[in-house]
Amino acid sequence: MRRGGTALIGAGALYGVILFSHGDLGVDVHWITDYYLQVLMLAGINIIVTIGLNLINGFTGQFSIGQAGFMAIGAYLTAMLAKLVIPLETLPLAYQLSAFLALLLIAGSAAGAVGYLIGLPSLRLKGDYLAIVTLAFGEVVRSVIRSSDETAATLRSWGLSGLAGPIEGIGGPRGFGGFPKFDSLAVGGWTIPILFTLVFVLTAVTVVVARNIVYSSYGRACLSVRGNEIAAEVVGVDSTRVKVLAFALSGFLAGVGGGLFAFVIRFLHPDNFSFLKSIDYLIFLYAGGIASLSGSIISAGSLTVLPEFLRVVGFEQWRLVVYPLLLIGLMLWWPSGLMGNREFPFLAAPEKGLPEVTDVTDHKSQHVL
Amino acid sequence: MMRSIAVSILIFLLASPALGQQASVIKIGGLAPTTGNVATFGVGQRNSYELAVEEVNKAGGLKVGAARHRVQLIFEDEQNSPEVGATVARKLINQDGVKAILGPTNTKVCLAVGPIAQENKVPMITPTCTNPKVTLVGDFIYRAGFIDTFQGAVGAHFVHKTLGKRRAGVLFDNGNDYTKGLATYFRDAFEKLGGKVVAFESFTDEEKTVDFRAQLIRIKATNPDVLYTSDYYGAAALMAKQAKEIGMNVSLMGGDGFDSPDLMRIGGKDVEGVHFTNFYSQDDPSPEVQRFVKAYRAKYKDTPDAYAAQGYGGAQILFDAIQRAGKMDGPAIRDALAKTKGLRTVVGVITFDQNRNPTKPAVILQIKDGKQHFVTRVAPQDLPANIRP
Amino acid sequence: MSVFVQQLINGLQRGSIYALIALGFTMVYGIIELINFAHGDMFMFGAYVAAFAGGAFLAQGYWAAFFGALLVSMVVTGLLGVLIERVAYRPLRYEPRFSALTTAMGVSLFLENFFALPSQAVPFPLNHVVFGPNYIRFPALLEVRTYSAGGIYFTTLHILDFVLAILLMLLLVYVIHYTLLGKAMRAVAFSKDGAKLMGINVDWTIAATFAIGSGLGAASGLMYGMTYGILASPYFGIFPGLQAFIAAVLGGIGIIPGAVLGGFLMGVSETFATSINSNLGYMISFLILIVVLLVKPAGLLGRLRRDKV
Repeated sequence: MRRGGTALIGAGALYGVILFSHGDLGVDVHWITDYYLQVLMLAGINIIVTIGLNLINGFTGQFSIGQAGFMAIGAYLTAMLAKLVIPLETLPLAYQLSAFLALLLIAGSAAGAVGYLIGLPSLRLKGDYLAIVTLAFGEVVRSVIRSSDETAATLRSWGLSGLAGPIEGIGGPRGFGGFPKFDSLAVGGWTIPILFTLVFVLTAVTVVVARNIVYSSYGRACLSVRGNEIAAEVVGVDSTRVKVLAFALSGFLAGVGGGLFAFVIRFLHPDNFSFLKSIDYLIFLYAGGIASLSGSIISAGSLTVLPEFLRVVGFEQWRLVVYPLLLIGLMLWWPSGLMGNREFPFLAAPEKGLPEVTDVTDHKSQHVL
Repeated sequence: MMRSIAVSILIFLLASPALGQQASVIKIGGLAPTTGNVATFGVGQRNSYELAVEEVNKAGGLKVGAARHRVQLIFEDEQNSPEVGATVARKLINQDGVKAILGPTNTKVCLAVGPIAQENKVPMITPTCTNPKVTLVGDFIYRAGFIDTFQGAVGAHFVHKTLGKRRAGVLFDNGNDYTKGLATYFRDAFEKLGGKVVAFESFTDEEKTVDFRAQLIRIKATNPDVLYTSDYYGAAALMAKQAKEIGMNVSLMGGDGFDSPDLMRIGGKDVEGVHFTNFYSQDDPSPEVQRFVKAYRAKYKDTPDAYAAQGYGGAQILFDAIQRAGKMDGPAIRDALAKTKGLRTVVGVITFDQNRNPTKPAVILQIKDGKQHFVTRVAPQDLPANIRP
Repeated sequence: MSVFVQQLINGLQRGSIYALIALGFTMVYGIIELINFAHGDMFMFGAYVAAFAGGAFLAQGYWAAFFGALLVSMVVTGLLGVLIERVAYRPLRYEPRFSALTTAMGVSLFLENFFALPSQAVPFPLNHVVFGPNYIRFPALLEVRTYSAGGIYFTTLHILDFVLAILLMLLLVYVIHYTLLGKAMRAVAFSKDGAKLMGINVDWTIAATFAIGSGLGAASGLMYGMTYGILASPYFGIFPGLQAFIAAVLGGIGIIPGAVLGGFLMGVSETFATSINSNLGYMISFLILIVVLLVKPAGLLGRLRRDKV
């Protein structure tokens, strides 16, 4: 518990430092501009989504590459509800916030439910075949969003214009923008950036909850499925339930991440959620190390900041060349990812006596390249 | 463990910002796509922004209030992508602190960047975004070109009256507000004139679609005598080629997106005879145009296309407004822009209407022997009343 | 009716291109079980090399230009494949499987972003290597004739694409099943340690696999360039690469005739769906894939291996 307390203080201090550097605490410094703040928010979102992916690909040992599809569901649902159904900007601030949290919950649950549905039939498939089905799912989601014009026209021809309106409003392949913006909240001489605070808090909550899941009996069941599914079944683990639940959880987190993404970027385009986006998250996960929450945090955070940092220091043209080179170098140097399967102290196993999380798969004997 | 922590700390430390401010310089943001599927537009536009800034600085800078200020252009490539455009526009406004923005080039990016400029009260002049929705975003958004309701009507009038065609097939990219808008305005005007749009086919660009034959075969089956496409030069050249391949021998007509040497380079003999509407012709004898063409040729060893001319015209409009505003803040520049009246620029005499659109004529060009040739000039009053915007 | 036949012919051509890309992809997978995310970029690289080589050979006449470009681009791309394998995949051969997968994604990003740099942004010797971000025209390396019969149009390229896909498939099957190298490949695929004990040079065999796979990528790049006459940018390999990946899985990943079958199936269904709606055209291959895998989890021609306890 003491380690938990330290972590809490650490997170609070980080939050305070960022706000101070952004000039929100009454002191007129602008070391962090709005542009950097946006990058930091994206880093937080990427951490949330990567942790979600880690639950399924890392801890449960499956191979899902459709994360962008879940994000798209969350992002479009949040934005559509916020702009076209509940006009968020007309509400007073307190209601706005609670409505926004409710929207995120809806978005996450919808993506989670889809994750559950995808998980069910996919259980027959293993390894690379599962991967390609999740990838196909993600691309189907994107194509469905892109055909919103045709969908709306069809609905209208059936006489459902009430439903056609919002669907037409998402702009299909031309993108969707102009949803409400969160202003800063003035408290005394301080201005609290609301959206940043939300992203920060939700990221922290995700880390804590994910840690508790990983060390719960369910988390151990996940690891056993990853180690050897048949052996896990033999000792009484319901591997079907474990995998489908992992899919649902991972979908939920991607949906929430997508909802936040919509409000940070404030312009959605279906091509934002192509399989290239899913690949970004695979890179974040594997560069950090599977089955390590700390790895996901470090790598999603730093790999989001890195390209923007390279842009600011004048590598504008070369940043996208330098980035993959660093990635390749990193994997050659640390083939198990930055953190392997280690954790920061505050995320480590709760107490002695319980098994530490170890890499139960003996990769050297299975699936060698 | 230590190694990995050290690396991550290093990455975060290096990411801390370095800032430096300079006095007596006006920062102007420039946006255009210098890479991607319409790169030739962006390169010309960036060149002309640079040319305009260089000329102003050579003349001693802009006179704002009592003092003279040098202009500094901060250019970003928006890659013809709304996402990239939105990101770099935020960088220009929040990070670099630009006072006004020239660009972006194409409608879909304008629609993503416009709200950001409006929200931050930074005036934006787009040289070449032509969809009517662009300036309706807000009172800080201006344009230097004509709008697509006009361009579509000019195209339809030319096809109907001069070419004498009555059955048009239309093919456009559904994923782009410019191409979709222009195709729709063409159809509306053509049908008002008494022609028939026999096919109205679309596709959604999937990272540079190269195969249009599935749609072209369907269009061919409806037996059109002219094919209108509102797409850009790369896709247009391929459409011309593939239309020939499936035995479709009809005239091809397009919009300002055709204006690139790459149209001829890729299309070769298949684009011979193609007509398109455009902003300007380099053969225009007016002294403003000829002086600009000469200066551009001297600096870049290349002939400026319409996109370059529009970029230069946008800069002229902006610099004039900044000097009249008398101070360097967004609302003052906006008010000065609104009062622009009879300003002679390379893109014509500019007066803005209440929707911040200038009134200006269009030209029609034709490809002959691998070169663009001037055909005619069309002003709004030259059009039949029922299709005038 | 003629519309239907015309669409079918063009669909088969599109499918032939997918099949050609999928061949190289499925072969690498069949031997070392690596999803080579960079294969679409080898295809892209091969197409650019073919465009430059073909342009240079054009003075020698049409067929010389075609075969010259084919040879040069296959060799150069094959060598690049071997280099990439040596640098980015071999050191990770005995590491967790995802490591090589991640470097494959890294290699893919690198190839796209590096070759897309505009040459004026690149220092001296390298500025002659990059392709730049803009359209280039792919030179016509053959005299393309258009044939028409009963309102149906097709060209020399329709025939060539189809014939080449079938021919290379047969050649590949022959190499894998009837040559010494093929025997070594199959042994390596079965068990690397076992192959080593039998005196097979595993490193060399895998390098040869990459050389052939990348060379096939180059051949498909050449045919793509000839067919469409344009290379949009060094990013153009991403989506054909993805489609080829799906074609390979559809037919049964690692099975050579499966790749061709999957490619044809996708090309034809995509063309017909596109003529209805281009979003549907893009979606249809994924939908077919999902349905096929749910019914036959190892693809059309694949057989499911049972897990042993």
